[in-house]
Amino acid sequence: MVRLLGGGSARRPQHTARSRNRRPQQARAQPSGGDPPPTPAPAAAPMASSPQPAPPTGGDPAAPADPELPRLTVTQVEQMKVEARVADIYRVLFGAASNTKSIMLELWRDQHIEYLTHGLRHLGPAFHVLDANRPWLCYWMVHPLALLDEVLDDDLEDDIVDFLARCQDKDGGYGGGPGQLPHLATTYAAVNTLVTIGSERALSSINRDNLYKFMLRMKDESGAFRMHDGGEIDVRASYTAISVASLVNILDVELAKGVGDYIARCQTYEGGIAGEPHAEAHGGYTFCGLAALILLNEAEKLDLPCLIDWVAFRQGVECGFQGRTNKLVDGCYSFWQGAAIALTQKLVMIIDEQLKLSYSCKKPSGEDACGTSSSGCTSEKSSSAVDYAKFGYDFIQRSNQVGPLFHNIALQQYILLCAQVLEGGLRDKPGKNRDHYHSCYCLSGLSVSQYSATTDSDSCPLPQHVLGPYSNLLEPIHPLYNVVLDKYHTAYEFFSQE
Amino acid sequence: MEHAKSGPGSWPEMADVVPVPQDDGPSPVVPIAYRDDFREVMDYFRALYLAGERSPRALRLTAEAIEVNPGNYTVWHFRRLILEALDYDLLQEMNFVEKIAECNPKNYQIWHHKRWLAEKLGPDVANKEHEFTMKILALDAKNYHAWSHRQWVLQTLGGWESELQYCNQLLEEDIFNNSAWNQRYLVITRSPLLGGLMAMRDSEVHYTIEAILANPQNESPWRYLRGLYKGENNLLVADERISDVCLKVLKNDWSCVFALSLLLDLLRSGLQPSDELKATLEPIRNSNPEMADADLATAVCCTLQKCDPLRVNYWSWYKTTLSSQIS
Ligand SMILES: [Zn+2]
Repeated sequence: MVRLLGGGSARRPQHTARSRNRRPQQARAQPSGGDPPPTPAPAAAPMASSPQPAPPTGGDPAAPADPELPRLTVTQVEQMKVEARVADIYRVLFGAASNTKSIMLELWRDQHIEYLTHGLRHLGPAFHVLDANRPWLCYWMVHPLALLDEVLDDDLEDDIVDFLARCQDKDGGYGGGPGQLPHLATTYAAVNTLVTIGSERALSSINRDNLYKFMLRMKDESGAFRMHDGGEIDVRASYTAISVASLVNILDVELAKGVGDYIARCQTYEGGIAGEPHAEAHGGYTFCGLAALILLNEAEKLDLPCLIDWVAFRQGVECGFQGRTNKLVDGCYSFWQGAAIALTQKLVMIIDEQLKLSYSCKKPSGEDACGTSSSGCTSEKSSSAVDYAKFGYDFIQRSNQVGPLFHNIALQQYILLCAQVLEGGLRDKPGKNRDHYHSCYCLSGLSVSQYSATTDSDSCPLPQHVLGPYSNLLEPIHPLYNVVLDKYHTAYEFFSQE
Repeated sequence: MEHAKSGPGSWPEMADVVPVPQDDGPSPVVPIAYRDDFREVMDYFRALYLAGERSPRALRLTAEAIEVNPGNYTVWHFRRLILEALDYDLLQEMNFVEKIAECNPKNYQIWHHKRWLAEKLGPDVANKEHEFTMKILALDAKNYHAWSHRQWVLQTLGGWESELQYCNQLLEEDIFNNSAWNQRYLVITRSPLLGGLMAMRDSEVHYTIEAILANPQNESPWRYLRGLYKGENNLLVADERISDVCLKVLKNDWSCVFALSLLLDLLRSGLQPSDELKATLEPIRNSNPEMADADLATAVCCTLQKCDPLRVNYWSWYKTTLSSQIS
């Protein structure tokens, strides 16, 4: 068993100054409540119950805050509730004997497999709200099953291929169900599902010529994509289009034109990426924007140091990630934020370059104040000889140039202890119900964090990077597409011959 | 249930329509056990959708289909085609979509439909749109769709007059509301009435510092403060108020991660530490022998490694970028 708690890992700090390092309530909970919390705050979770060092300065951090405390705001109250729930769970873990700890930290594979497999054949009436998302339902079940290395029956696989063929529009792309309008997001879900199935039948069922035409029709004059005919334009649409096009090897200059600039315009002053220009930085869009830019080989259009800083700060005292600043932790961001920051571990060259530019020499005045250096490689790249499928392939061959930039063990702790549901499936946070979406993205995030400390894409993680029994280890993914790596390689070969 | 009796199968105007069942194939996957009323509405919808019929009865049917599943973008799309064909009253349509939005405020399709309508209706509806998003934000002040819509209306149709006031109000209610801070950034950088970031920077720095001092553990104003000098590190360093606020906070709480991290950025960008700052940081440095010879930025980074254990990996990496810069 991996020793998580009590500073077992060499990289874990041996003492913590104070646990109230970031979420607002931490600062307020104590003074306003009067009594100190009965146990260490959950903030202490990743770094365990070591003694507090004496503050070295004259300033007294333990001193109570201002005597007349303002009332708590909505953000603070909600945050406190979640922290308390998570603290209850971690408290049990800290108090447990080591073999009990090991059991608590187990991934309940069989239950998850049961939950996911069942959904492929039976969904109750309440699922009617997802009637326009059925390829997503396929992906949210098939992908985590592949992460769990669960092989589907041939019949079931064939039925999925047949069903998705019914969702494929005669003029290209996939809709949310048979006969529905083609939509980029459900196209992404359908293609990723077919790649995960990986059979010749599955891969050849995709009409690539029509898919390409569909994507061109979805392209706005700004270069960004809209979700469907007359649909909304946002970073999700751009990611799903670019990911699919790259994966099935139809990405070209025509499709790529202008997308990178649009995404770069969506990076906010905070560092993360928003759904559209000027909106709020958000984990989901940050993953989408970054992954799309890497697939386009234009990651340098983002201010990467700023992006990394923002994502790193989204991991909170609960050990999981939140989606936005001062919002609540949520298991699905284990993937969106976790994968985003893991992607940057392979971008060190660009990051070093950007750091040099922004700090060593001062920016000449008059330059665009947005800080996103669009200098360099834009115009030269648009020669038509670019082999776009290569960018996704080369990226995964590249080694991690630095170790994890987030707390990979703490994240696994949140997923295993707070997101798992005993009956199978995973959830947003304690108190919420399981669902297929969160099962998919919690497990994707678990895989990302397990492999985040490995250097090459084909080596196995060391036991100290896998929390709980080593049998928790999931299959690795290709983080730009979020499909299992082996499946990606099969598809890559298949589509490079086309 | 009322639905069973009032479904489209019982509408006189549907008498000649032959419902079209969903073609799920012989052995469907992710099959949803639809309730009869749902199935009935969708079977009729498919019939008219496939026929491309843009008629009043088709419009009525789309309303029914939206009610049973507002996430069906195909239905919304078809409804827009019908509205155009019938030259329908768009203000009435706005009332329709607002009723749906109030029950489903986190649905992409509804907000997209609203945007489509507002674009057609033009600047006259700007203030009405603002009132509506205000109503939604009163229930959930961080609703992403509502904020995106509000920003779109501001930039496309206008209505900036009281927007800064609105941000002030929301931040007064909840200073931790990062969506409101983000909106504030839009207002001070884009509002045609305020003169842009350069004109607003000075007073914004002041406002933000007040917010930080009131709640040093609130990350939002710290990020906002940096945002005010985005891409202009030299000016960030030159504004003494920035290093001052770090100093003030650290004097009270030497381990405030936000203050340390901003200070680190300042040092890296060339801040020459004042004697007062050096004195404040001296105990930190002394507490750890390995830092004795380190430059100040490295010392701050080491402190962050200790007092921000969740980001220990991040700070360790950050430290390596400091040394590589020197070489
Ligand atoms: Zn979630």
